[in-house]
Amino acid sequence: MSPVLFWAFTLLMLAFGASVVLNRNPVASALSLVGSFLCLAALFVGLDAFFIAVIQVLVYAGAVMVLFLFIIMLLDLKAEQRRRFNPVALVGGAAVSGAFVAFLLHVLKSFPAGSQAFPNLGVERLDDVRLVGFALFNHFNLPFQTVGVLVLVASIGVVVLSRRELK
Amino acid sequence: MAYTVRRPNLTFWEKLYLPNIIAGLAITLKHLRKMLAGETHVVMQYPEEKWDAHLPEYYRGAPTLVTDQHGREKCVSCQLCEFICPPRAIKIKPGHIPAENEFAKVEKAPEAFDIDMTRCIYCGLCEEVCPEQAIFLRKDYAITGESRAEMVHDKTKLYELGGTMPNLVHKWNPDK
Amino acid sequence: MALLNDIPWFLIAASVAKTLFLIFLVVLPLVSYTVYAERRVSALIQDRLGPNRTGFPISLFGFKKDLQLVLGGLGQPIADAVKFLLKEDFTPGHVNKVYFWMAPVLAMVPALSTLAVLPFGNYMFGQKMVVADVNVGILYVFAIASIGVYGIVLAGWSSNSKYPFLGGIRASSQMISYELSLGLSAVPVLMILGNLNLSDAIDYQVKNGWLLLPFTDGNLTLRELLLWVPVLISFIVFSISMFAETNRLPFDLPESETELVAGYHTEYSSMKFALFFLGEYAAMIAGSSVITVLFLGGWHIPFLPVNTLESSMTAPGAVLGLVHITAFFAKVAVLLGIFIWVRWTLPRFRFDQLMKLGWLYLFEIALVNIFITAAILALVR
Repeated sequence: MSPVLFWAFTLLMLAFGASVVLNRNPVASALSLVGSFLCLAALFVGLDAFFIAVIQVLVYAGAVMVLFLFIIMLLDLKAEQRRRFNPVALVGGAAVSGAFVAFLLHVLKSFPAGSQAFPNLGVERLDDVRLVGFALFNHFNLPFQTVGVLVLVASIGVVVLSRRELK
Repeated sequence: MAYTVRRPNLTFWEKLYLPNIIAGLAITLKHLRKMLAGETHVVMQYPEEKWDAHLPEYYRGAPTLVTDQHGREKCVSCQLCEFICPPRAIKIKPGHIPAENEFAKVEKAPEAFDIDMTRCIYCGLCEEVCPEQAIFLRKDYAITGESRAEMVHDKTKLYELGGTMPNLVHKWNPDK
Repeated sequence: MALLNDIPWFLIAASVAKTLFLIFLVVLPLVSYTVYAERRVSALIQDRLGPNRTGFPISLFGFKKDLQLVLGGLGQPIADAVKFLLKEDFTPGHVNKVYFWMAPVLAMVPALSTLAVLPFGNYMFGQKMVVADVNVGILYVFAIASIGVYGIVLAGWSSNSKYPFLGGIRASSQMISYELSLGLSAVPVLMILGNLNLSDAIDYQVKNGWLLLPFTDGNLTLRELLLWVPVLISFIVFSISMFAETNRLPFDLPESETELVAGYHTEYSSMKFALFFLGEYAAMIAGSSVITVLFLGGWHIPFLPVNTLESSMTAPGAVLGLVHITAFFAKVAVLLGIFIWVRWTLPRFRFDQLMKLGWLYLFEIALVNIFITAAILALVR
């Protein structure tokens, strides 16, 4: 991947991420999050991981965030826009994220392999969909199915709970 | 009061919906085919084809003034049409006919006769009311102009549109 | 340019050329003439004539008469475009300005970017006629289609008025619902193809006959005959879902004129409105292209030789490449005709009927269809 594109998308992603937190308007925040997802997908494309990139867009930007946006619009959160910045939360949040970044830097520094560029894969078209599929259904079949059942149980639970509340 | 509408019992094929869609598509396709084959009667393509030949006898087009076979203006500026005109489109300025004129016994002729075609509603009351049969609704229907002033038909224009109409009223004939 | 050294400049130039060709010489004219076709065909279906006289105003250049009936209204799209450009671009005072301006762009861009992965022709001048030959082609199409809803939803929300808002809400729930059946109905096809790459999908169909018409390679095996059933089901489900995804009648509830004025673009005027319009038709073209690639053999014409990379450099090869591109867009045009034909035949669904159809029928049919396909693929070799 060209370093220009890498830095462009990275900075854009960080800017969108910051605007998610800084925006007072929930819709603007949600849209910034979508933008950040798209930039992340672009970074995946840069790593030739097309499948992950497309799934990132399809699942997060295309499905999850549309539902979020749908709910936000229906709720019409006007109060959120009028709320002032809470200084305690501001300082606390900055401290936590600063600590996280410092921790990340520390880990990366003690991991010399991370500072070198990976060699090119040497294949023209990586069949990553097939590889992911094989890995999921051959090596991790049981965990995969278990997660599927868990998600199903969770969604049925949601339906049951919301039905009960209606009565 | 709430009441229940009985839904018709649908057969399996009707419930499937697809056969009906195909039937509908066949109908529209038939119309498309007939249209392309030129079998459908469509509206007249106006500026290219005109319906002048189909105009009925009683068609009421633009009001015009007419002259008789001697070239005399039939209008005697009695102003009845001006008074009857529902949208007040007609403005007449009466004038005297000079004594040396052949038709001096008519006494009056319009000095100015304006019909504002932006107001005219083609009702034909002016034609009905005219005692001299001087104003007629002819078959001109495409009255256009680029300004309001152009849409006011003055006397010259009205006679140009009206042309000659042989006398039905004989009292002003010179030989009488 | 030093940073682009690892990519040959020629590759970039070829990609740019292909993109420009596709968007400006094919898709945008196709969009505007689809609008014209829509008006003409709807008129012909309803026993009218439609816009048949907009010619070119050559009387402006000193000729005596304009070219009118000779061209049968072919100047109409140009006149429409000029009209849209010259109209006042009015932004109502009560709208959320930033998103109001952003929405038309978000409606137009996804529809056009879908075209990037679609192979619209075989080789020509040693170039594969596809902008980006990625290995997740069909997933990319679905991903971009799912992004397409943002334009409509934002337009509805930012207009701050009731009809656009209802339109936006309807659009989002409708598109989320039908994305499921759209994706699931494509799965049997992908199982047969064994690949997500769209160029490979066409190569498979060149070898084994089009999926929807398996006899186009000259022979028909038992396996192809058995697989034809799930393919037909998935074709029907896919097409219906595509109608819903592109908000075309009978599923145009987001902009249903009789209830919502114009739905999500009620408050828009001038070129901003035109962008929604173009986006809708571009999405239609993209959808038709996907159907063409998956079911109708893409650019392939039966019993006509197929270019290879080498032969496409010669003059007859180039002509053949052009023929293939034409074949692709001819198929797309036929599908667009069907889109139009259906629109002027069927009445609009009610919203509960739409949701019932999507969730209770198409979703289940697509799901069962996957199992049928899997069984056939596993049992019949």
